[in-house]
Amino acid sequence: MPHAITVTGLSKRYRLHHVGRPRYRSIREDVSFGVEALLKRLLSTHPQRERDSDEEFWALKDVSFTVAPGERLGVIGRNGAGKSTLLKVLSRITEPTDGRIELRGRVSSLLEVGTGFHPELTGRENIFLNGAILGMTTREIRRKFDEIVAFAEIERFLDTPVKRYSSGMYVRLAFSVAAHLEPDILIVDEVLAVGDAQFQRKCLGKMEEVNREGRTVIFVSHNMTTITSLCTRCLLLNQGRIQSIGAPTEVTANYYRSGFSGSGTDFTPTEHTARSRDDVAILRRARLVDSNREPIDYARIDQKLGVEMYYDILQNGCRPIPNIHVFAQGQYAFISSPSEAGPMPKGSYVSVMWIPANFLNEGVYVAGIALSSMNPVRVHFYVPDGIIFNVVDDITDPARHDYTQPIPGIIRPRLEWITAPHQALEHA
Amino acid sequence: MTKSEPREIVIEAGRTERHYWADLWRYRELLYILARRDVSVRYKQTLFGVAWAVVRPLATMLVFTLVFGRIAKLPSEGAPYSLLVFTGMLPWFFFASALGESANSLVANRNLLSKVYFPRLLVPTSAILVALVDFAIGFALLNLMMLWFGYTPGWRILALPGFILLAFGAALGAGLWFSALNVKYRDFQFVIPFVLQFGLYVSPVGFSTAVIPEKWRLLYSVNPMVGVIDGFRWGCLGRNFTLHADGLILSAVLTIAVLGSGLWLFRKTERSFADVI
Repeated sequence: MPHAITVTGLSKRYRLHHVGRPRYRSIREDVSFGVEALLKRLLSTHPQRERDSDEEFWALKDVSFTVAPGERLGVIGRNGAGKSTLLKVLSRITEPTDGRIELRGRVSSLLEVGTGFHPELTGRENIFLNGAILGMTTREIRRKFDEIVAFAEIERFLDTPVKRYSSGMYVRLAFSVAAHLEPDILIVDEVLAVGDAQFQRKCLGKMEEVNREGRTVIFVSHNMTTITSLCTRCLLLNQGRIQSIGAPTEVTANYYRSGFSGSGTDFTPTEHTARSRDDVAILRRARLVDSNREPIDYARIDQKLGVEMYYDILQNGCRPIPNIHVFAQGQYAFISSPSEAGPMPKGSYVSVMWIPANFLNEGVYVAGIALSSMNPVRVHFYVPDGIIFNVVDDITDPARHDYTQPIPGIIRPRLEWITAPHQALEHA
Repeated sequence: MTKSEPREIVIEAGRTERHYWADLWRYRELLYILARRDVSVRYKQTLFGVAWAVVRPLATMLVFTLVFGRIAKLPSEGAPYSLLVFTGMLPWFFFASALGESANSLVANRNLLSKVYFPRLLVPTSAILVALVDFAIGFALLNLMMLWFGYTPGWRILALPGFILLAFGAALGAGLWFSALNVKYRDFQFVIPFVLQFGLYVSPVGFSTAVIPEKWRLLYSVNPMVGVIDGFRWGCLGRNFTLHADGLILSAVLTIAVLGSGLWLFRKTERSFADVI
């Protein structure tokens, strides 16, 4: 079977002009720059040097890959790695500088939610407008109209101008139109990041459905959970080149390992964090470790992990309590401290908080590192975002039972379950 | 859209899109929907709404009739001066708003250009369709006025679509030029209103071409709107108005040249619109 997408040697160059200069130009500028360049060329004794004034930037450089029909390819990479440029070139919005792309089938791209929505028009009018912009025919839109409206849950506001919509309604309507496209190849930028959590899940479900119908999807996301649970393959871009391509779990792990993810799993206070200093104790270091106390950059969901804190006690006669505050999804997940705290004479100490395997959910966790003492209550140091780390689920967790979508919740402990015929359990 | 054979799209640097004209046809509904959007948005949140499409030409007609007919006492070839003005104004206003809107259309729709693919040609073209709607309203008004003055349109009126087409071509040609240039050089935002204001007095809107000396007339026809306006008067007001065949041919040839070169420039630059805009 031929590939749905074949990309060979794709490169895209942008020319960077001086900082502060607008992207569009006025003729005066072009003319005067032209004259300037001409003069330079005439007067210059070093003809090579003038080339440097127009800086080149390769947003994509020699990118080659193929996508089989029905595959879902996730594209990851940090900001500026070329993800958006890749999508723009694939969607024919901008032309490559070099290379070749072959796309087999009808292509729709969704780089933004609600492209072309006009605030003055009603929801009904915008459905037709947006649908047509995304490449649907009027007949197609009319056929799916009720479905689109129902999916967006905006029945009552169909004839209200969208400028009066709440942002949630706006996004739901916009995504709903897009979700009812029927392309062979769907190119999606990070559009799911908007909207409320419940609607996001609905959209993800819809995308799964889309794929079950055999569509090829290319999907950019910063959310590794979405990538691992939704994609069949993953492409990691770094500075316009392919860093790795393969199974989502491996590639996302690679992404974390290369330290791109912005997570900080090894923290050493600097002068900036001097507020964590007092005359009783001082934090020296905090880091994430595995069960052998080897430092790690991220944790698998089935892995025991530790948060270490190194600190110096500067005075004798106090009974400090180390405590760690863990946040996830913007909420307090828990606070933990040792159940026993004795007096600590002057010296250097290390405390480790062990988090069992199969306890945290997948996602980003932030650990605040603190030392305090009671009677009177006193905080010796507290670094609220000392450690930031990812927990990765490679969706082989048997408790998933082939359920591939994100599992909500701040923690996902594996608990003991017993299932047996009623009688047997009673008499056990 | 047909769902039969999966099409193959090849994207390469500098490749002229093989499917360009087929795509244009495939997206024809978008042309209509973009035009409808602009029409329905146009008079939203205005007190008088579509009445503006009637009031504007009527007011201009009154002023021009007063200035050129009553004060300057220019000849009107036997037709009421207000009709003379209106038949000139109608195609001119169509041309002016079509050109103005289409020249600005790409920049006005920049959010679309940078987020989704469709043949870019649709954008300036749909802007001209919008102007056509105002033209239709004005044309209905013209018919009422002709009835009022006792003019019954003869067989010549059948030639009007031809002249509208000429104006359409001229507006699209110039619109393609200006819209493509406007993407890169925003200077044209200032150039166009100036050109249009100038054009209103250079074109025979407030007077008949009969006032132009014979020896200058061919040169005068370099402005394609001269042929269009003459044609309108000839078609609506009858045989007192002569059609200058050589002038008309010159107008048509120039229009085709502008349209052809506009298309060439537009197609050459459209691939980089998203990068520059």
